[in-house]
Amino acid sequence: METRPRSFYVLAFIFALFLVFLYGPTLTIAILSFQGPGGGLTFPMRGVSLHWFRDLFEQQAVGDIWGSFGRSLVLGLMVMVTTVVVSVMGGLAFRKRFAGSGVIFYLIIISLVIPSILISLGVGLIFSRAGLNVHWATSGFGSQLTWTLPFGLLIMFAVFNRFDKSYEEAARDQGASSWQTIRHVVLPIIAPMLIGVALFGFTLSYDEFARTLLTAGSYNTLPLEIFGMTTNVTTPVIFALGTLTTGFSLVIIAAFLVAVLIMNRRRARLGSDAGEGMV
Amino acid sequence: MTDQTQTVPIGTQDRVTLKLSGALSAWLLSAPLALILIFFLVLPIIMIVVVSFWGATEFSIYPAFQFDNYEFLLTSPVTYKVFLNTLKYAAVTWAVTLILGFTVAYFLAFHVRTLTWQVALFLLCTIPFWTSNIIRMISWIPFLGRNGIANSTLISMGAIDEPLEWLLYSDFSVILAFVHLYTLFMVVPIFNTMMRIDRSLIEAAYDNGATGFQTLTNVIIPLTKPGIMIGSIFVVTLVMGDFITVRFMSGSQKANVGRLISNDISLLQYPSACATAVVLLGTVLLVIAILLRFVDIRKEL
Repeated sequence: METRPRSFYVLAFIFALFLVFLYGPTLTIAILSFQGPGGGLTFPMRGVSLHWFRDLFEQQAVGDIWGSFGRSLVLGLMVMVTTVVVSVMGGLAFRKRFAGSGVIFYLIIISLVIPSILISLGVGLIFSRAGLNVHWATSGFGSQLTWTLPFGLLIMFAVFNRFDKSYEEAARDQGASSWQTIRHVVLPIIAPMLIGVALFGFTLSYDEFARTLLTAGSYNTLPLEIFGMTTNVTTPVIFALGTLTTGFSLVIIAAFLVAVLIMNRRRARLGSDAGEGMV
Repeated sequence: MTDQTQTVPIGTQDRVTLKLSGALSAWLLSAPLALILIFFLVLPIIMIVVVSFWGATEFSIYPAFQFDNYEFLLTSPVTYKVFLNTLKYAAVTWAVTLILGFTVAYFLAFHVRTLTWQVALFLLCTIPFWTSNIIRMISWIPFLGRNGIANSTLISMGAIDEPLEWLLYSDFSVILAFVHLYTLFMVVPIFNTMMRIDRSLIEAAYDNGATGFQTLTNVIIPLTKPGIMIGSIFVVTLVMGDFITVRFMSGSQKANVGRLISNDISLLQYPSACATAVVLLGTVLLVIAILLRFVDIRKEL
């Protein structure tokens, strides 16, 4: 093995610092959330306890944390399923140039770059003018889709641009209908990527604040609830909540990663030998 | 995106039908997407533009066609100050995230040798992106506060006698939080383009006697430009539209355009908020249009 240049060590050091910078603060509040009952928002630790976590589970003086968590969870799942389905359909449509595809493409880009507060403001105004109630499952749901769909579609575009069309041709040559081709050939091939789209859909929704601010109505989602807490809670209970919700996000990411790993392993084990004897 | 499946000769009539049914299925497939975008993106933008001409009393808004909101906005020195501040945040954050993001991506793409390690370290960078921005902002308090880790370390080292007040609730903390939240949006597209650079080009540069630095400036940076542009679009638009980071990390002491809008909203001054929003949207789209001149996004996917 050739020796590494000196620049490697410099860059590796910078990279390590970057990771400390990324993770350090979050780890700090994770540690601080285990403060004793007399502890405050900063070090030193005054004892170690689960006091602030217990606080979170017992009293409801700080708001409706569990209600908002439930709403965020349901909304996240709704956004996830919709994002996957609509992104796949859109991705399939965009494999051919059709009249209007250019317009839709630029709308997707605008949707990605438009400041979130404008969506929040505009959707809120439309609902109130139309006499509709803003609600997290209607206006909030739609507003979040304008953020998750562009990500989902960009992934699908990247996937389909690298997609080997000979698999589909083979299916068609064997007499499969276009639906059969999609169902039995295309979808299984792109499945691991769909898990990525689902992960984007769920977590972006679960953590979204700005687009839900004026569109969630009278019942808060979890990020809105946490934001409310930042203005009036000055105890480590907010760190405890931060630790829990970050932990929850990590569990979700891990679950999706495991799903991808299992899928790839199954594919390696059960995959066909098509093409292997040809070359 | 080519279709080369027609090997059997077919009549013109059939070809027209085939093309039509192809277009029909494309339209049907993209219909849900188009409907969502029309209802939750296009209509809201139109609504904002319309309401920006409306009038407001203290407790209600009424339809009108007047330029009062714009007149007030464009004649107020506060507006220009706030816009300037917004551009300042965007420019500084852009510069820092670009240098940091490029360095990290460069290390991952060219110095980490095996794909497994590249993927593992890349994932490690992306994980914080999936967690709540607000939590990540709160997590700076124990670091930067009056009695925070930074101050107590500096004091115990004897570097300073009194806690530094500018660490938290200042321009510094706002930009620090932006860098913390958004560097990843730079790393991902730059890493993505770097991984697609043909390694033999770099070999060729070395074989022709280029130094590492020359290879970097003459080969790698030009080939990474699309990724840099896409990352820049992300960072600049996110920072320009932000209102929560600025409010939170400046302790409500600094303002950018997003905060101007959210203040108007909390005072129920929707027409005025909409006028500011229209100007902000115009500025953001202008910046995007300039950046898009350097890169064809459709080709980069």
